[in-house]
Formats: sequence, C-alpha cells, structure tokens
Amino acid sequence: MKNVIFAGVGGQGVILASKILMEAAKNAGYGIKESEVHGMAQRGGSVDCHVRYGEKVYSPLIGKGHADYIVSLEILESMRKLDYLALDGTLIVSIEQINPAPVTVGTMKYPADLEEWIKSNVKNYKIVNTENAVKEVGSRKAMNIVMLGVLSKYLEFSMAEWETAIKNTVKDKFFDMNMKAFNAGRAF
Amino acid sequence: MSKKVLLGNEAIARGAYEAGCHVAAAYPGTPSTEILETIARDYRDIKSQWSPNEKVALEVVAGASIAGARALAAMKHVGLNVAADPLFTFSYTGVNGGMVIINADDPGAWSSQNEQDNRHFARAAKVPMIEPSGPAEAKEFVKLAFDISEQFDRPVIVRITTRIAHSQEIVELGEKKDVPVREFIRDPKKYVMIPAHARPRHKFIEEQLVKLKEYSNKSDLNRIEKGTTRRGIICNGVAYNYVKEVCPDDWVLKIGFIWPLPDDMIREFAGLVDEIIVVEELDPFIEEYVKAMGIKVRGKDIVPLLGELTPEIVDEALNKNRPLNSVPDYRNEIPGRPPQLCPGCPHAFVFEVLKKLDLHVNGDIGCYTLGVLPPYSAMHSQGCMGASIGMNLGFEKAHGPEMAAKSIAVIGDSTFIHSGITALIDLVYNKGTGTVLILDNRITAMTGHQDNPSTGKTLMGEDAYEIDLEQLVRAVGVKRVITVDPKNIEEFEKVVREEIAVREPSVIISLRKCVLIKN
Repeated sequence: MKNVIFAGVGGQGVILASKILMEAAKNAGYGIKESEVHGMAQRGGSVDCHVRYGEKVYSPLIGKGHADYIVSLEILESMRKLDYLALDGTLIVSIEQINPAPVTVGTMKYPADLEEWIKSNVKNYKIVNTENAVKEVGSRKAMNIVMLGVLSKYLEFSMAEWETAIKNTVKDKFFDMNMKAFNAGRAF
Repeated sequence: MSKKVLLGNEAIARGAYEAGCHVAAAYPGTPSTEILETIARDYRDIKSQWSPNEKVALEVVAGASIAGARALAAMKHVGLNVAADPLFTFSYTGVNGGMVIINADDPGAWSSQNEQDNRHFARAAKVPMIEPSGPAEAKEFVKLAFDISEQFDRPVIVRITTRIAHSQEIVELGEKKDVPVREFIRDPKKYVMIPAHARPRHKFIEEQLVKLKEYSNKSDLNRIEKGTTRRGIICNGVAYNYVKEVCPDDWVLKIGFIWPLPDDMIREFAGLVDEIIVVEELDPFIEEYVKAMGIKVRGKDIVPLLGELTPEIVDEALNKNRPLNSVPDYRNEIPGRPPQLCPGCPHAFVFEVLKKLDLHVNGDIGCYTLGVLPPYSAMHSQGCMGASIGMNLGFEKAHGPEMAAKSIAVIGDSTFIHSGITALIDLVYNKGTGTVLILDNRITAMTGHQDNPSTGKTLMGEDAYEIDLEQLVRAVGVKRVITVDPKNIEEFEKVVREEIAVREPSVIISLRKCVLIKN
C-alpha cells in the first residue's frame, strides 16, 4: 500500500497530478482510493488530494502519520501536512512561495526559515526549485507535473507506464508540454 | 465490461444512466454539483436541467415520475431544506416511474453553512434512504434506488457525504437498461393530496414502511462481516472504510439501508458480540435507534459528534491509538490560507465601497460571502439562500426606516433567482424602504460556473431566454432600479449613497462579469 498526499494552493493543479498517479496505479492493476477538495476552498485556499493504492484499499483518507510521500507545490502548504508524514516517509516540496491573505494584508509574515527548518527537522526530504524547469516548459501551470516527475523517481511505475497515464489523462494538445514538464521533474 | 476511475458524483451520474433514468434536475451546491454536470456532459439521453432552486428541481422530478419517467433530483443537504415541502407530500403521493433524490451531506462543513445530518429527513418524511460507502457502491445503490422506488411506490433518498461525492475509485461500468416511460393513469386519490385523500395515503405509507423494514432486514445493503474479537462495530457511509482500516479484527455490521433500519439484523449482530460501538458521522442516528431497541451500545460518548471522521479519529476513539508524529511541531504560527475573492473579482469593488460607507450588510450565499473576511470584513449577518432581502427588511422593521438608510441586502444573481425574488415582493408589499444590491456576475460562480436563468444558456448547452433582472424587479413594484458597473467605483459609491438615503425600495444591479468567465 502506498499513501501519497499532494498539497498546494487552489488553482495549482493538485487534482490533475493525483489523477495521473491514479491512472498509473489503475493500469498497474492496483486498487485505488482518492479524496479531493472542491467548492469554496478552491478559491485560492489550501487544497490537498490524498491518493492511496495497493491490493485492497478501504479509506479514501490517509491517517495522520501514514503518508509515504507528501508532494507540496508550495512550501508553506507543506507545513500544514507534516503531521501526516509516516516515520520513514518523504517530503517532496517546491520552494515556490504564494503569499496567503494574512501576509498580503500585512497582519502576518511569510515565515522566512521554512527551507532551513525542513532540512533540520524532516528525516527524508527533497527540496526542489522548479523555477527554471517551468521556464523551460513555458508554463507556470505545469509545475504540478514537474513535481509529479520528481515523485515518479520514488515510485514503482516505469517511464512507459507514466507516459500512458499522462496520455490517458491530459488533452492531446497538452501532452507534449506535460511530458516535457514530467521529464524535467525526473531530472531533479 | 470496462473499468474507470470515477469521482463519487460521476459514479452516481453513471448509475442514473445505467438505470435508464429519463429526467434529472438540480440546483448546483457543493458537494453535489458534479452529478448533473456529468449527466449533461456524458449521458445526453437523460433530459437534464438546472432548476432555479431545489424545490422546483424536486417538483419537476416528481412531475416526471408521476407522469411515468424515471427521474432523479440531486442537491446538497441544505438544498433538501428548500425542497422539504415537496419531499414530505410527494412521499404521500408516491411515484409512477422511479423517483430518486441524491442528498449530499457535508460533515465538516467544507463548503456549507452548517453540518446538518439529513438522515433525520428520511425518518420524518417516511421515505427509504440508502447510503453507499464509496463511488463503486454509489453507482449500484442509485440503480437499486430506482427499483425500490417503483417496487414500494416511494421516493428514495440516496445519502452521500462530501467524502463519497469527492473521492475517486475504480468503478466497473455496466450496460444501460432501457426502461420505457410508463403510462400516466389519472388517479386523483393518489396524486391530489386533499385531506380526504391524504389520510388514507398516510396509512398506505406506514404499511409500506413495515414492508420496507422487512426488505431492509433481508437486503444485502446491510451485512455482517465476521471478526475474530468479541467486539462489534456498527457503521455506515465513509466511516465503514475507516473502521475496516483501523479495526480489521472486529465484527462489523455495515448499514447501507439507513431507513428503515434492519431490526432483525441488528438483534442478530448483538447476539454475536459482547460489546457494540456505533461509528457514525454527525448525529447519533443509528445509536439512539439501537438503544431504543433495548440493546446496549456505545457511540457518541467516544466517537466525536462534530465534524467529519477520519481514520486517525476512529483509531483514537476505538483503539486509543494516537497518531505517530515523525516531525516536531514548527515553533511559530503558520499563516492560514482562507479562500479569497479572485484578483480582479467584481465583488471586491463592491465590498470596498460597503466597507467605506460602514453599512450593515445583510449578506447571502455565494463567492461574495467571502466579503465577511479581511481585508473587507464587510458582511455582518447571513443565513441561507435568499435570506439577505428578508433579513434586511427585518432590520428595518426592528429599528425603523432610519435603519434602512444604514443597511443593505447583498445577493448574487443566481441566489436572487433561487429565492430572493419572493423576499423582494415582501419588501415592496410590506412597505419597506431598504436597498437591495444584486451582484450580477452573469454566472453561478461559487459552485464552479453553472448556467442559470439569467445567463441565456441551459445545462445541456442550449440557448435560453436570458432573464431581464431590471424588468423582473420593476414588475414586482420597485420603481428605483439602477444598473451600474462596480469597477466604476466612484459612480458605484454615489449610487449606493443615493439609494440608501431614499425612503422607498430600491434595487442596484451591480453588473460585471465574473473574472473567470472565458470569452
């Protein structure tokens, strides 16, 4: 059984990233459960997707302390999810910063020490700077797929399986761009 | 047959299709919206529509059912409050073609104003209710609901929660069953509920409930799963999954037939174990029922009453396990990330002005409810769909016309059509002098951009008459109607100042498209 949480800000595309992972898991013959957030929270709020796959999966939610991987598309959002990380779980996080409302209006500060803090407090982590990757791909929106590419190095699916999963999930005209983003992620 | 990963709501739409459903109607509401969106997108043989509100949606569906079609209405939990009136009386008339109501509760109030537990509606309206534990079951339950509806002459409610609606799993796709639309045979004793007809129908539905209890007792929607301990867990809906995960060795009575509950099976289960715990989200609905049967159970003394359950909450309640913390707590406070109005949102201009004028704002339900949060903090009371206008009149009735000069009702275009128009009639009829601000952004935005009677398109994508809000408002007797673009902020402020000062009802239509509408 594998438990993966995708975290980010509404609009960053955590649902698409989790869809591709589910497609890969389904094609590999696993049972799948996933849980996602719709509605009000999507208006620029914190969002997450829980994806679980294995022989027999019951719960669509991952219990706290049970996530094998947390993939966060924004560094502050990773902090809200850390209590889900399993003892030997891995945090994969982009250093991307998106200011939340309390920071924009000036009532709070965006914590400056998150990267350092993660390095000294999280056992297994991979911190990536996706800036150049998304520039190369030509779309900031592809950051979710770059991060999926980073995750893919830790999972059991072959490159061909990922390619099929992406092909089956995204629109044809975006396939090449998404593959480029995915490969950029794998290069980290 | 092929397999597909489907969202709970997509699986329900698929179930309606496979059941040969003919007509579907809804008003959008998280977490139920995608059901009708999927039907309109993927299953075009079903005549699907957005109705102005849930009451009308259910009435259309009841009409279609009585006329002989298989028909489905979908709504969120608070939507069933709006549709409660038709629910309680169409329970009396019963059905002709199968009639199914999908009711989506929202434990945790992820996108709602409350956490009501709509299982109570089934009991109160005396209609059967079934509840799946995941998307694959949801599809099968919808098909069965149509059959139960026709077999027992009852509307049937399929209850889901957010974690069923918005979770995905692999679903096996089945074939569509072709069901002809039945003939409508006039039968006023069944279909016209004057008191003389209602009394015998009441007897009939009580008799049907007895038969349904027998059915529930035998139904494989309820099942006992063997354990190796002496402890038994009764659970339903998504909670079943958490129980299976954290208590794999306990006996389980999975309840899929929520109403009527299976008495015989509950008694049998009680005989198999030494202690019983009921694990259910929200109210102690099953727990109190089982207790009333004289069976000793535990439930809400250890399982939380508030919010949604999670695997770790159930683990702690049942096994006293605390989640393992692999990472220490971060030392400082992490800034929250509440949902926000989008950059460039027309509502933002409106709330800037309302804040500046320091008006008492009676708000309503939509994206603009976010006006209550910083940086605007410009909404002061709000209740349910359409409440703003009536509440604003109530403020005036309580404090006199001076209050009308210091307050304003704020309501979106879709919400105004849903249930604001009747309150506006009240404002005129009962001599209020208040001001109503209709935020017309040309879409039902909050739930993800659905069409409504003022957008000129139907759910199925056809052109429709685009309701003229100005004309509508004038027709109920409002003489002062001004349409203004809120981005023209000085002009907008001037109009608001003028209209609140005037001692007669006025409506300001703040017209600017939602920034997310693509052209």
